[in-house]
Amino acid sequence: MGIFLFAEQVLNGLQLGTMLFLMASGLTLVFGIMNLVNLAHGSFYMMGAYFAATLFKLTGSLVLAAAGAFVGVLVLGMALEIAILHSFYRRDHLDQVLATFGMILFFNELVRMVWGPQAYFLALPEALNGSVELIPGAPYPIYRLIIIVAGLTVALGLYLLISRSRIGMLIRAGASNRTMIEALGVNIRVLFTVVFGLGAALAGLAGTMAGPLLAVQVGMGDSVLITTLVVIVIGGIGSVRGAFLASLLVGLSDTFGRMLLPASLAEMTIYILMAVILYRRPQGLFPAHG
Amino acid sequence: MTMKALLAAMAVVALASPAIAAEKVKIGFISTFSGPQGVLGRELMDGFSLALKNLGGKLGGAEVTVIQGDDQGKPDIGVQLAEKMVERDKVDVVTGINFSNVLLAVAKPVLDSKTFLLSINAGPSQLAGKDCNPYYFNVAHQNDNVPEAMGQFLTAKGVKTVYLLAPNYPAGKDMLGGFKRFFHGRVVGEVYTQFNQPDYAAELAQIRQAKPDAVFFFYPGGMGINFLKQYAQSGLKGQVPLYGPSFSLDQTILPAVGDAAVGTFSTAFWSETANNKANKKFVTDFEAAYGRIPSPYAATAYDGAYLLDAAIKAAGSTKNKDALRKALETVKFDSVRGKFSFNTNHNPIQDYHLYEVTKDSAGRLINSYRSEVFTEHKDAYSTTCTM
Repeated sequence: MGIFLFAEQVLNGLQLGTMLFLMASGLTLVFGIMNLVNLAHGSFYMMGAYFAATLFKLTGSLVLAAAGAFVGVLVLGMALEIAILHSFYRRDHLDQVLATFGMILFFNELVRMVWGPQAYFLALPEALNGSVELIPGAPYPIYRLIIIVAGLTVALGLYLLISRSRIGMLIRAGASNRTMIEALGVNIRVLFTVVFGLGAALAGLAGTMAGPLLAVQVGMGDSVLITTLVVIVIGGIGSVRGAFLASLLVGLSDTFGRMLLPASLAEMTIYILMAVILYRRPQGLFPAHG
Repeated sequence: MTMKALLAAMAVVALASPAIAAEKVKIGFISTFSGPQGVLGRELMDGFSLALKNLGGKLGGAEVTVIQGDDQGKPDIGVQLAEKMVERDKVDVVTGINFSNVLLAVAKPVLDSKTFLLSINAGPSQLAGKDCNPYYFNVAHQNDNVPEAMGQFLTAKGVKTVYLLAPNYPAGKDMLGGFKRFFHGRVVGEVYTQFNQPDYAAELAQIRQAKPDAVFFFYPGGMGINFLKQYAQSGLKGQVPLYGPSFSLDQTILPAVGDAAVGTFSTAFWSETANNKANKKFVTDFEAAYGRIPSPYAATAYDGAYLLDAAIKAAGSTKNKDALRKALETVKFDSVRGKFSFNTNHNPIQDYHLYEVTKDSAGRLINSYRSEVFTEHKDAYSTTCTM
């Protein structure tokens, strides 16, 4: 393997990793703070892609489409939390799995009814369609670079939000001891709704960014959800820092696994990685609960 | 008084109905209707339904009941559905299956019960060769055949090196196997990716590294959309020409890909532009009914219904299974592919052509005819089939 091919594959791994991080950060927060297993997280990803594709078709502006999709999924997530999911916080994980699995079916069917089973077309503007020769002899698609940069920017923003802001402090406190911050008089209901909405919107953003690369179609969130679950388990449930490292780790090992291993083994790379890490650290890399 | 009149009227209608109306055909239609590949089931069902509509809701004069089942692309669910349809619903024919791994799993319970299994899409090599069965018919294609035509074309074109990609499942193996049977250049890479893998960045980097003269890819449905979009974005389009079987470039894919697919070549036994009377009617009717151009899935499903119609008419009934089997083997029907007949292993003998993705007058992407590749082509497995 040449050094240039290696560098290109590192970029590919980073790009997959940053996409996964957008999904995983929201899921891990919701799991860590509200103790809620939310399988419908993949549906937010799908809704983000569909909102963005539709808005892009209507307005012709990718920025407007991305912003609209972000707000749309934020509102959708908060509405869902207020209407249904908040009553599931104190219930069994199995109940939560059943309820949110039902939502996957609901959203898939909804999308099929509104947009049809045929994949939806989302084109890239010409300016983003080209590639740049960062690595000699291997032009890299501009759009994938944008995904990496956007993903890293969101990661930085999330880091600042969680470690430097007041709401971040509450989120961290909520993750490590929910009862205590309730006792201190924090309005935990509102905090939960905001965190849930934010997590959903980040998943929506991931879907938006995936739109021009992938088929925008029914069930597109289902497969990414499984990989995301692997990421948050490796990272340690509730830990955004863990999710970040685990996303990059999973992104890179999946990319190199596909490159170096035979097909059937390559499919297992990330699960083997998960098994090895859990064997050494049963709580994941950075468990949020001391 | 009115009640009596009504009853009398009903009695008259019941007596007046011809005896043939008592004959009924039950079709079990198992296909993938949900999930990322749900569009395939819709195409198959729409093609089949359109033919039924044209035939007045009857097959060979017998009233048709279609029992629909969604296999979700999973073999175990397909088997459950098939067992229920065979044992409880007592269907005469099981059809509709789009994925080869589902078909292979479903074959045993259906064929063991001596129920007809008519494939209108999937064509696994196993069922064409050593596992062939008197009750199994494939009206679409054997998986190897369409890629065989591309292998033949690229060899004739003088292409020296090729890079192959397909999903890791039975049809993927058949497709690349078929290609290699007729391609005499060098295969510089043969990659099987995870089924429904969304991102191909790692594979595309490998292709760039290998610098092949051509890339041959089999990615049906959503996988094809992902691959084509990313291939164009990677800058490989224009450097390494892309070739596929029609299933990587059909109407379930092209509208979602846009210009990224223009200029790509495919081989096929049928295209929306195929020039014969039956096909012109089919494409026109299909567009009128559903507002889109049909895919090969819809075409073979449509043919499947016409085949059943002609065979049931010839056999007189579905109850005499020997007569129906003989009728299926030999009967003629108006295929949208023009010429069509069954080989001894109940798989098609048909022509294969080369197509190129172009734009029609309305700016939509279509597969335009370029040349003939195989005439009356048979699959490679018929010699190992004994029944």
